[in-house]
Amino acid sequence: MKIISLALLLVFSTGIDLQAQSIYFTREGKVSFFSEAPLENIEAHNHRASSVIDLESCKIEFSVLIRGFMFEKSLMQEHFNENYMESHLYPRATFKGNFINCDEIDFEADGTYPFEVEGELEMRDISQSIAVEGVFTIKNGHINGKAGFTVLVADYDIRIPAIVRDNIAREIEVTIDADYRKLER
Amino acid sequence: MKDHCLIYFFVLIMFLPVAGVFSQESLLDMLGEEAEIEYAMATFKTNRVINLHSLENTHRGVLDIKIGHRFGLITGGFDNFFGLDNAVTRIGADYGLLEDLQIGLGRSTFQKTVDSYGKYRILRQSTGAVAMPLTLSILGSAAVRTDPWVINDQKVENKYRWFYTWQLIAGRKFSDFFSLQLSPGLVHRNLVETADLSNTTVHVGIGARFRLSRRVTLNTEWIYVLPDQIDDRFRNSLSIGLDIETGGHVFQLHFTNSLPMTEHGFINQSTGDWSKGDIHFGFNISRVFTIVKPETFR
Repeated sequence: MKIISLALLLVFSTGIDLQAQSIYFTREGKVSFFSEAPLENIEAHNHRASSVIDLESCKIEFSVLIRGFMFEKSLMQEHFNENYMESHLYPRATFKGNFINCDEIDFEADGTYPFEVEGELEMRDISQSIAVEGVFTIKNGHINGKAGFTVLVADYDIRIPAIVRDNIAREIEVTIDADYRKLER
Repeated sequence: MKDHCLIYFFVLIMFLPVAGVFSQESLLDMLGEEAEIEYAMATFKTNRVINLHSLENTHRGVLDIKIGHRFGLITGGFDNFFGLDNAVTRIGADYGLLEDLQIGLGRSTFQKTVDSYGKYRILRQSTGAVAMPLTLSILGSAAVRTDPWVINDQKVENKYRWFYTWQLIAGRKFSDFFSLQLSPGLVHRNLVETADLSNTTVHVGIGARFRLSRRVTLNTEWIYVLPDQIDDRFRNSLSIGLDIETGGHVFQLHFTNSLPMTEHGFINQSTGDWSKGDIHFGFNISRVFTIVKPETFR
Protein backbone atom coordinates (compact mmCIF):
# COMPACT_ATOMS: atom_id res chain seq x y z
CA MET A 1 0.00 0.00 0.00
CA LYS A 2 2.78 2.35 1.00
CA ILE A 3 4.66 1.60 -2.19
CA ILE A 4 1.60 2.10 -4.34
CA SER A 5 0.93 5.46 -2.72
CA LEU A 6 4.53 6.49 -3.18
CA ALA A 7 4.42 5.45 -6.80
CA LEU A 8 1.21 7.40 -7.33
CA LEU A 9 2.75 10.42 -5.68
CA LEU A 10 5.76 10.16 -7.95
CA VAL A 11 3.60 9.92 -11.03
CA PHE A 12 1.65 13.00 -10.01
CA SER A 13 4.63 15.06 -9.07
CA THR A 14 6.42 14.24 -12.30
CA GLY A 15 3.20 15.02 -14.09
CA ILE A 16 3.26 18.48 -12.60
CA ASP A 17 6.91 18.83 -13.51
CA LEU A 18 6.23 17.83 -17.08
CA GLN A 19 3.53 20.45 -17.31
CA ALA A 20 5.86 23.12 -15.97
CA GLN A 21 8.47 22.10 -18.51
CA SER A 22 6.10 22.57 -21.40
CA ILE A 23 5.20 26.14 -20.49
CA TYR A 24 6.84 29.08 -22.20
CA PHE A 25 6.15 32.76 -21.77
CA THR A 26 7.04 36.32 -22.68
CA ARG A 27 6.24 39.72 -21.23
CA GLU A 28 7.93 41.64 -24.04
CA GLY A 29 6.15 40.34 -27.09
CA LYS A 30 5.86 42.78 -29.98
CA VAL A 31 2.44 43.39 -31.44
CA SER A 32 2.15 45.86 -34.30
CA PHE A 33 -0.64 46.92 -36.56
CA PHE A 34 -0.72 48.67 -39.84
CA SER A 35 -3.47 50.00 -42.01
CA GLU A 36 -3.20 51.60 -45.37
CA ALA A 37 -5.67 54.32 -46.26
CA PRO A 38 -5.79 56.88 -49.08
CA LEU A 39 -4.83 59.81 -46.87
CA GLU A 40 -2.72 58.38 -44.11
CA ASN A 41 -1.10 55.10 -43.16
CA ILE A 42 -1.62 54.18 -39.56
CA GLU A 43 1.02 52.22 -37.72
CA ALA A 44 1.42 51.40 -34.04
CA HIS A 45 3.69 49.21 -31.96
CA ASN A 46 3.35 47.62 -28.58
CA HIS A 47 6.44 45.97 -27.10
CA ARG A 48 4.90 44.76 -23.88
CA ALA A 49 2.56 41.97 -24.84
CA SER A 50 2.29 39.03 -22.47
CA SER A 51 1.89 35.52 -23.80
CA VAL A 52 1.97 31.98 -22.46
CA ILE A 53 2.27 28.79 -24.49
CA ASP A 54 1.55 25.37 -23.04
CA LEU A 55 2.72 22.69 -25.47
CA GLU A 56 1.27 19.96 -23.25
CA SER A 57 -2.31 21.18 -23.55
CA CYS A 58 -1.57 22.81 -26.96
CA LYS A 59 -2.82 26.19 -25.79
CA ILE A 60 -1.60 29.71 -26.40
CA GLU A 61 -2.75 32.96 -24.84
CA PHE A 62 -1.92 36.58 -25.57
CA SER A 63 -2.77 39.74 -23.71
CA VAL A 64 -1.91 43.30 -24.62
CA LEU A 65 -2.70 46.67 -23.05
CA ILE A 66 -4.43 48.94 -25.56
CA ARG A 67 -2.73 51.97 -23.98
CA GLY A 68 0.65 50.42 -24.69
CA PHE A 69 0.37 50.97 -28.45
CA MET A 70 2.78 53.70 -29.52
CA PHE A 71 1.93 55.83 -32.54
CA GLU A 72 4.13 58.18 -34.50
CA LYS A 73 1.68 60.99 -33.78
CA SER A 74 0.77 61.36 -30.14
CA LEU A 75 -2.57 62.94 -30.98
CA MET A 76 -3.44 59.90 -33.09
CA GLN A 77 -2.54 57.74 -30.10
CA GLU A 78 -4.84 59.76 -27.90
CA HIS A 79 -7.72 59.48 -30.37
CA PHE A 80 -7.11 55.75 -30.77
CA ASN A 81 -7.54 55.31 -27.02
CA GLU A 82 -10.24 57.91 -26.41
CA ASN A 83 -12.49 57.71 -29.45
CA TYR A 84 -12.02 54.33 -31.07
CA MET A 85 -10.83 51.69 -28.60
CA GLU A 86 -12.17 53.41 -25.47
CA SER A 87 -9.30 51.91 -23.53
CA HIS A 88 -10.50 53.33 -20.21
CA LEU A 89 -13.49 50.98 -20.53
CA TYR A 90 -11.75 48.12 -22.32
CA PRO A 91 -8.08 48.20 -21.31
CA ARG A 92 -6.93 44.93 -22.91
CA ALA A 93 -7.10 42.83 -26.03
CA THR A 94 -6.71 39.11 -25.42
CA PHE A 95 -6.36 36.03 -27.56
CA LYS A 96 -6.92 32.45 -26.43
CA GLY A 97 -6.30 29.68 -28.90
CA ASN A 98 -5.33 26.10 -29.58
CA PHE A 99 -2.56 24.80 -31.79
CA ILE A 100 -3.84 22.60 -34.60
CA ASN A 101 -0.47 20.89 -35.12
CA CYS A 102 0.92 20.93 -31.60
CA ASP A 103 2.75 17.59 -31.81
CA GLU A 104 4.89 18.84 -34.71
CA ILE A 105 6.38 21.60 -32.55
CA ASP A 106 9.41 20.97 -30.38
CA PHE A 107 10.90 23.92 -28.53
CA GLU A 108 13.84 21.79 -27.37
CA ALA A 109 15.19 21.09 -30.84
CA ASP A 110 16.56 23.69 -33.26
CA GLY A 111 14.54 24.19 -36.40
CA THR A 112 11.62 26.07 -37.91
CA TYR A 113 8.11 24.97 -37.11
CA PRO A 114 5.17 26.41 -39.03
CA PHE A 115 2.05 26.46 -36.87
CA GLU A 116 -1.63 27.12 -37.05
CA VAL A 117 -3.74 28.40 -34.19
CA GLU A 118 -7.49 28.74 -33.94
CA GLY A 119 -9.00 30.80 -31.21
CA GLU A 120 -10.92 33.78 -29.96
CA LEU A 121 -9.70 37.38 -30.17
CA GLU A 122 -11.42 39.57 -27.61
CA MET A 123 -11.47 43.36 -27.71
CA ARG A 124 -14.03 45.79 -26.36
CA ASP A 125 -15.98 42.89 -24.79
CA ILE A 126 -16.51 41.37 -28.22
CA SER A 127 -15.12 37.96 -29.06
CA GLN A 128 -14.46 36.81 -32.64
CA SER A 129 -13.02 33.53 -33.90
CA ILE A 130 -9.84 33.89 -35.88
CA ALA A 131 -7.26 31.56 -37.38
CA VAL A 132 -3.63 32.58 -37.21
CA GLU A 133 -0.70 31.13 -39.11
CA GLY A 134 2.88 31.66 -38.16
CA VAL A 135 6.23 30.09 -37.60
CA PHE A 136 8.40 29.28 -34.63
CA THR A 137 12.15 29.46 -35.08
CA ILE A 138 14.30 27.67 -32.51
CA LYS A 139 17.99 28.44 -32.67
CA ASN A 140 20.48 27.62 -29.91
CA GLY A 141 17.65 27.38 -27.43
CA HIS A 142 16.31 30.81 -28.45
CA ILE A 143 12.59 30.55 -29.18
CA ASN A 144 10.98 33.07 -31.51
CA GLY A 145 7.44 33.11 -32.84
CA LYS A 146 6.14 35.24 -35.70
CA ALA A 147 2.57 35.46 -36.90
CA GLY A 148 0.12 37.72 -38.65
CA PHE A 149 -3.59 38.11 -39.19
CA THR A 150 -6.19 40.61 -40.31
CA VAL A 151 -8.82 42.28 -38.17
CA LEU A 152 -11.96 43.91 -39.53
CA VAL A 153 -12.72 47.15 -37.73
CA ALA A 154 -16.46 46.53 -38.02
CA ASP A 155 -16.18 43.19 -36.18
CA TYR A 156 -15.43 45.01 -32.95
CA ASP A 157 -18.00 47.76 -33.15
CA ILE A 158 -15.34 50.44 -33.64
CA ARG A 159 -17.25 53.39 -35.01
CA ILE A 160 -15.54 55.63 -37.52
CA PRO A 161 -17.26 58.96 -38.13
CA ALA A 162 -17.99 59.96 -41.73
CA ILE A 163 -15.62 62.93 -41.56
CA VAL A 164 -12.53 60.73 -41.18
CA ARG A 165 -13.81 57.63 -42.96
CA ASP A 166 -11.30 58.02 -45.76
CA ASN A 167 -8.42 58.27 -43.27
CA ILE A 168 -9.00 54.92 -41.66
CA ALA A 169 -8.92 51.54 -43.36
CA ARG A 170 -11.58 48.94 -42.69
CA GLU A 171 -8.98 46.20 -42.39
CA ILE A 172 -6.07 46.24 -40.01
CA GLU A 173 -3.04 44.02 -40.45
CA VAL A 174 -1.67 42.74 -37.18
CA THR A 175 1.80 41.23 -36.84
CA ILE A 176 3.32 39.49 -33.85
CA ASP A 177 6.96 38.88 -33.04
CA ALA A 178 7.72 37.34 -29.67
CA ASP A 179 10.68 35.67 -27.97
CA TYR A 180 9.67 33.00 -25.47
CA ARG A 181 11.42 31.68 -22.40
CA LYS A 182 10.70 28.61 -20.35
CA LEU A 183 8.64 29.35 -17.27
CA GLU A 184 10.71 28.45 -14.19
CA ARG A 185 8.87 27.69 -10.98
CA MET B 1 1.39 1.28 9.10
CA LYS B 2 -2.17 2.22 8.46
CA ASP B 3 -1.44 5.76 9.67
CA HIS B 4 1.37 6.08 7.18
CA CYS B 5 -0.93 5.06 4.37
CA LEU B 6 -3.35 7.73 5.43
CA ILE B 7 -0.62 10.36 5.37
CA TYR B 8 0.40 9.39 1.85
CA PHE B 9 -3.23 9.46 0.86
CA PHE B 10 -3.63 13.00 2.19
CA VAL B 11 -0.47 14.12 0.51
CA LEU B 12 -1.89 12.73 -2.70
CA ILE B 13 -5.20 14.53 -2.19
CA MET B 14 -3.34 17.76 -1.62
CA PHE B 15 -1.64 17.49 -5.00
CA LEU B 16 -4.76 16.61 -6.93
CA PRO B 17 -6.49 19.99 -6.84
CA VAL B 18 -3.20 21.68 -7.74
CA ALA B 19 -2.94 19.56 -10.86
CA GLY B 20 -6.56 20.45 -11.62
CA VAL B 21 -5.94 24.18 -11.30
CA PHE B 22 -3.38 24.18 -14.09
CA SER B 23 -5.79 22.88 -16.65
CA GLN B 24 -8.69 25.12 -15.71
CA GLU B 25 -7.40 28.66 -15.22
CA SER B 26 -6.07 31.06 -17.79
CA LEU B 27 -2.46 30.40 -18.69
CA LEU B 28 -1.71 34.11 -18.36
CA ASP B 29 -2.55 33.97 -14.66
CA MET B 30 0.75 32.14 -14.20
CA LEU B 31 2.63 35.33 -15.10
CA GLY B 32 0.96 37.29 -12.35
CA GLU B 33 -0.17 40.88 -12.57
CA GLU B 34 2.35 43.49 -13.55
CA ALA B 35 1.12 46.82 -12.26
CA GLU B 36 1.36 49.70 -14.71
CA ILE B 37 0.79 53.40 -14.28
CA GLU B 38 -2.27 54.60 -16.14
CA TYR B 39 -2.21 58.34 -16.70
CA ALA B 40 -5.44 60.23 -17.18
CA MET B 41 -5.74 61.01 -20.86
CA ALA B 42 -7.40 63.94 -22.64
CA THR B 43 -8.56 65.85 -19.58
CA PHE B 44 -8.99 68.73 -22.00
CA LYS B 45 -8.86 68.50 -25.79
CA THR B 46 -6.00 70.96 -26.07
CA ASN B 47 -3.58 72.91 -23.87
CA ARG B 48 -6.01 75.83 -23.47
CA VAL B 49 -9.46 75.75 -21.84
CA ILE B 50 -10.46 78.82 -23.85
CA ASN B 51 -8.04 81.61 -22.90
CA LEU B 52 -6.69 79.95 -19.78
CA HIS B 53 -3.93 77.39 -19.97
CA SER B 54 -5.44 73.97 -19.35
CA LEU B 55 -3.62 71.28 -17.40
CA GLU B 56 -2.82 69.49 -20.66
CA ASN B 57 0.72 69.65 -21.99
CA THR B 58 1.71 69.43 -25.62
CA HIS B 59 3.36 66.03 -25.95
CA ARG B 60 7.12 65.74 -26.25
CA GLY B 61 8.37 66.55 -29.72
CA VAL B 62 5.04 67.97 -30.87
CA LEU B 63 4.60 71.48 -32.26
CA ASP B 64 1.16 73.00 -31.87
CA ILE B 65 0.49 76.02 -34.10
CA LYS B 66 -2.36 78.10 -32.76
CA ILE B 67 -4.25 80.84 -34.48
CA GLY B 68 -6.73 82.78 -32.39
CA HIS B 69 -9.26 85.43 -33.37
CA ARG B 70 -11.50 87.58 -31.20
CA PHE B 71 -13.97 89.62 -33.19
CA GLY B 72 -15.61 92.91 -32.26
CA LEU B 73 -18.66 93.20 -30.03
CA ILE B 74 -21.59 91.20 -31.36
CA THR B 75 -23.73 94.20 -30.34
CA GLY B 76 -21.94 96.14 -33.10
CA GLY B 77 -24.95 95.55 -35.32
CA PHE B 78 -25.10 95.04 -39.05
CA ASP B 79 -22.85 98.06 -39.73
CA ASN B 80 -19.95 96.17 -38.20
CA PHE B 81 -21.36 92.80 -39.30
CA PHE B 82 -21.94 91.89 -35.63
CA GLY B 83 -18.30 92.39 -34.82
CA LEU B 84 -16.82 90.32 -37.62
CA ASP B 85 -15.39 93.46 -39.31
CA ASN B 86 -12.74 93.78 -36.63
CA ALA B 87 -10.59 91.10 -35.11
CA VAL B 88 -7.76 90.74 -32.68
CA THR B 89 -5.40 87.99 -33.79
CA ARG B 90 -2.81 85.96 -31.95
CA ILE B 91 -0.49 83.62 -33.77
CA GLY B 92 1.39 81.30 -31.50
CA ALA B 93 3.45 78.16 -31.30
CA ASP B 94 3.55 75.67 -28.43
CA TYR B 95 6.19 72.97 -28.23
CA GLY B 96 6.66 69.99 -25.95
CA LEU B 97 10.34 70.00 -24.97
CA LEU B 98 9.73 67.12 -22.57
CA GLU B 99 6.59 65.16 -21.81
CA ASP B 100 6.13 67.42 -18.76
CA LEU B 101 7.65 70.68 -20.04
CA GLN B 102 6.04 72.86 -22.65
CA ILE B 103 7.22 76.22 -23.96
CA GLY B 104 5.52 78.72 -26.22
CA LEU B 105 5.76 81.98 -28.07
CA GLY B 106 3.07 84.22 -29.48
CA ARG B 107 2.40 87.56 -31.08
CA SER B 108 -0.92 89.30 -30.71
CA THR B 109 -2.31 92.36 -32.46
CA PHE B 110 -3.78 93.52 -29.13
CA GLN B 111 -1.31 96.23 -28.09
CA LYS B 112 1.15 94.47 -30.39
CA THR B 113 2.03 92.11 -27.57
CA VAL B 114 4.73 89.47 -27.77
CA ASP B 115 4.43 86.73 -25.16
CA SER B 116 6.36 83.66 -24.13
CA TYR B 117 5.77 81.10 -21.44
CA GLY B 118 6.87 77.84 -19.89
CA LYS B 119 4.53 75.27 -18.33
CA TYR B 120 5.85 72.44 -16.19
CA ARG B 121 3.77 69.51 -14.95
CA ILE B 122 4.70 68.62 -11.37
CA LEU B 123 2.09 65.92 -10.70
CA ARG B 124 0.12 63.86 -13.18
CA GLN B 125 -3.23 62.25 -12.45
CA SER B 126 -2.95 58.46 -12.63
CA THR B 127 -4.26 55.14 -11.42
CA GLY B 128 -2.67 51.71 -11.21
CA ALA B 129 0.87 51.33 -9.87
CA VAL B 130 0.85 55.00 -8.84
CA ALA B 131 -2.44 56.52 -7.76
CA MET B 132 -2.46 60.29 -8.07
CA PRO B 133 -5.80 62.08 -7.74
CA LEU B 134 -4.90 65.28 -9.59
CA THR B 135 -2.65 66.97 -12.08
CA LEU B 136 -0.64 69.98 -10.93
CA SER B 137 1.28 72.28 -13.24
CA ILE B 138 3.03 75.59 -12.88
CA LEU B 139 2.93 78.29 -15.52
CA GLY B 140 5.18 81.30 -15.90
CA SER B 141 4.69 83.82 -18.69
CA ALA B 142 6.23 87.11 -19.73
CA ALA B 143 4.69 89.55 -22.20
CA VAL B 144 5.80 92.87 -23.63
CA ARG B 145 3.83 95.62 -25.38
CA THR B 146 5.51 96.75 -28.57
CA ASP B 147 2.84 99.22 -29.70
CA PRO B 148 3.44 103.00 -29.79
CA TRP B 149 2.28 103.35 -26.20
CA VAL B 150 2.23 107.01 -25.22
CA ILE B 151 1.39 108.54 -21.85
CA ASN B 152 1.49 112.36 -21.51
CA ASP B 153 3.09 112.69 -24.94
CA GLN B 154 5.92 110.43 -23.86
CA LYS B 155 6.62 107.04 -25.29
CA VAL B 156 6.52 104.52 -22.48
CA GLU B 157 9.98 103.24 -21.71
CA ASN B 158 10.86 99.61 -22.38
CA LYS B 159 11.19 98.61 -18.75
CA TYR B 160 7.55 99.64 -18.10
CA ARG B 161 6.15 97.60 -20.94
CA TRP B 162 6.51 94.18 -19.31
CA PHE B 163 3.86 91.93 -17.74
CA TYR B 164 4.47 88.69 -15.85
CA THR B 165 2.00 85.96 -14.91
CA TRP B 166 2.45 83.00 -12.57
CA GLN B 167 -0.20 80.36 -12.20
CA LEU B 168 -0.63 77.07 -10.47
CA ILE B 169 -2.94 74.79 -12.42
CA ALA B 170 -4.58 72.06 -10.37
CA GLY B 171 -7.26 69.87 -11.81
CA ARG B 172 -8.75 66.48 -12.32
CA LYS B 173 -10.58 64.44 -14.90
CA PHE B 174 -13.48 63.33 -12.74
CA SER B 175 -15.07 61.22 -15.41
CA ASP B 176 -15.22 60.84 -19.13
CA PHE B 177 -17.85 63.53 -19.10
CA PHE B 178 -16.41 66.07 -16.68
CA SER B 179 -13.03 67.71 -16.04
CA LEU B 180 -12.38 70.65 -13.71
CA GLN B 181 -9.37 72.83 -12.95
CA LEU B 182 -8.51 75.71 -10.66
CA SER B 183 -5.86 78.25 -11.66
CA PRO B 184 -4.84 80.56 -8.84
CA GLY B 185 -2.18 83.06 -9.85
CA LEU B 186 -0.50 86.43 -9.84
CA VAL B 187 -0.08 89.04 -12.56
CA HIS B 188 2.65 91.62 -12.20
CA ARG B 189 2.46 94.83 -14.23
CA ASN B 190 5.53 97.03 -14.38
CA LEU B 191 3.29 100.04 -14.94
CA VAL B 192 -0.25 100.68 -13.65
CA GLU B 193 -2.77 103.38 -14.59
CA THR B 194 -2.98 105.12 -11.20
CA ALA B 195 -0.88 105.18 -8.06
CA ASP B 196 -3.58 103.55 -5.90
CA LEU B 197 -3.50 100.37 -7.98
CA SER B 198 -1.12 97.63 -7.01
CA ASN B 199 1.40 96.35 -9.52
CA THR B 200 0.72 92.77 -8.56
CA THR B 201 -2.81 91.39 -8.75
CA VAL B 202 -4.20 88.11 -7.45
CA HIS B 203 -6.71 86.00 -9.37
CA VAL B 204 -8.33 82.58 -9.39
CA GLY B 205 -9.41 80.97 -12.63
CA ILE B 206 -11.88 78.11 -12.92
CA GLY B 207 -12.12 76.02 -16.06
CA ALA B 208 -14.39 73.09 -16.81
CA ARG B 209 -15.16 70.82 -19.70
CA PHE B 210 -18.19 68.69 -20.38
CA ARG B 211 -17.85 66.04 -23.04
CA LEU B 212 -20.90 66.17 -25.27
CA SER B 213 -19.81 63.54 -27.78
CA ARG B 214 -16.64 61.78 -28.84
CA ARG B 215 -15.46 64.84 -30.73
CA VAL B 216 -17.22 67.78 -29.11
CA THR B 217 -16.82 69.22 -25.63
CA LEU B 218 -18.41 72.24 -23.97
CA ASN B 219 -15.83 74.38 -22.20
CA THR B 220 -16.29 77.26 -19.85
CA GLU B 221 -13.97 79.40 -17.77
CA TRP B 222 -14.25 82.29 -15.36
CA ILE B 223 -11.40 84.29 -13.90
CA TYR B 224 -12.09 86.09 -10.67
CA VAL B 225 -9.72 88.97 -9.87
CA LEU B 226 -9.73 89.80 -6.17
CA PRO B 227 -11.47 93.16 -5.54
CA ASP B 228 -9.86 96.64 -5.68
CA GLN B 229 -6.89 95.60 -7.77
CA ILE B 230 -7.79 96.70 -11.27
CA ASP B 231 -9.39 99.80 -12.75
CA ASP B 232 -13.21 99.96 -12.51
CA ARG B 233 -13.70 99.64 -16.25
CA PHE B 234 -12.23 96.14 -16.30
CA ARG B 235 -14.37 93.07 -15.68
CA ASN B 236 -13.75 89.48 -14.77
CA SER B 237 -13.24 87.29 -17.81
CA LEU B 238 -16.04 84.84 -18.58
CA SER B 239 -16.07 82.59 -21.64
CA ILE B 240 -18.07 79.67 -22.93
CA GLY B 241 -17.47 77.62 -26.04
CA LEU B 242 -17.19 74.36 -27.91
CA ASP B 243 -14.10 72.31 -28.72
CA ILE B 244 -14.52 70.39 -31.95
CA GLU B 245 -11.83 67.89 -32.84
CA THR B 246 -11.24 66.58 -36.36
CA GLY B 247 -8.14 64.39 -36.53
CA GLY B 248 -5.12 66.70 -36.38
CA HIS B 249 -7.10 69.89 -35.71
CA VAL B 250 -8.98 71.22 -32.74
CA PHE B 251 -11.38 74.08 -33.38
CA GLN B 252 -12.40 76.09 -30.35
CA LEU B 253 -15.40 78.36 -30.96
CA HIS B 254 -16.52 80.61 -28.15
CA PHE B 255 -18.19 83.68 -26.76
CA THR B 256 -16.13 85.77 -24.37
CA ASN B 257 -15.97 89.24 -22.87
CA SER B 258 -12.17 89.27 -23.30
CA LEU B 259 -10.46 90.67 -26.39
CA PRO B 260 -6.85 89.98 -25.39
CA MET B 261 -5.44 86.47 -25.60
CA THR B 262 -2.34 86.82 -23.45
CA GLU B 263 -2.58 86.09 -19.71
CA HIS B 264 -2.20 89.57 -18.28
CA GLY B 265 -4.58 90.88 -20.92
CA PHE B 266 -7.60 88.65 -20.45
CA ILE B 267 -7.11 88.45 -16.68
CA ASN B 268 -6.75 92.19 -16.00
CA GLN B 269 -7.95 94.02 -19.12
CA SER B 270 -11.27 92.46 -20.15
CA THR B 271 -13.72 95.24 -20.85
CA GLY B 272 -16.89 93.49 -22.00
CA ASP B 273 -19.92 93.30 -19.75
CA TRP B 274 -21.95 90.11 -20.28
CA SER B 275 -25.06 91.66 -18.70
CA LYS B 276 -25.06 94.34 -21.45
CA GLY B 277 -24.37 91.86 -24.20
CA ASP B 278 -20.80 93.15 -24.62
CA ILE B 279 -19.45 89.88 -25.85
CA HIS B 280 -17.14 88.81 -28.62
CA PHE B 281 -17.29 85.80 -30.85
CA GLY B 282 -13.91 84.13 -31.22
CA PHE B 283 -12.08 80.99 -32.17
CA ASN B 284 -8.77 79.22 -31.72
CA ILE B 285 -7.51 76.78 -34.30
CA SER B 286 -4.90 74.31 -33.19
CA ARG B 287 -2.92 72.18 -35.61
CA VAL B 288 -0.28 69.75 -34.35
CA PHE B 289 2.87 68.60 -36.13
CA THR B 290 5.15 65.82 -34.95
CA ILE B 291 8.69 67.19 -35.00
CA VAL B 292 10.57 64.52 -33.07
CA LYS B 293 9.27 61.02 -33.76
CA PRO B 294 8.96 58.51 -30.91
CA GLU B 295 11.86 56.06 -30.68
CA THR B 296 10.06 53.13 -32.30
CA PHE B 297 9.54 55.18 -35.48
CA ARG B 298 13.04 56.55 -36.02
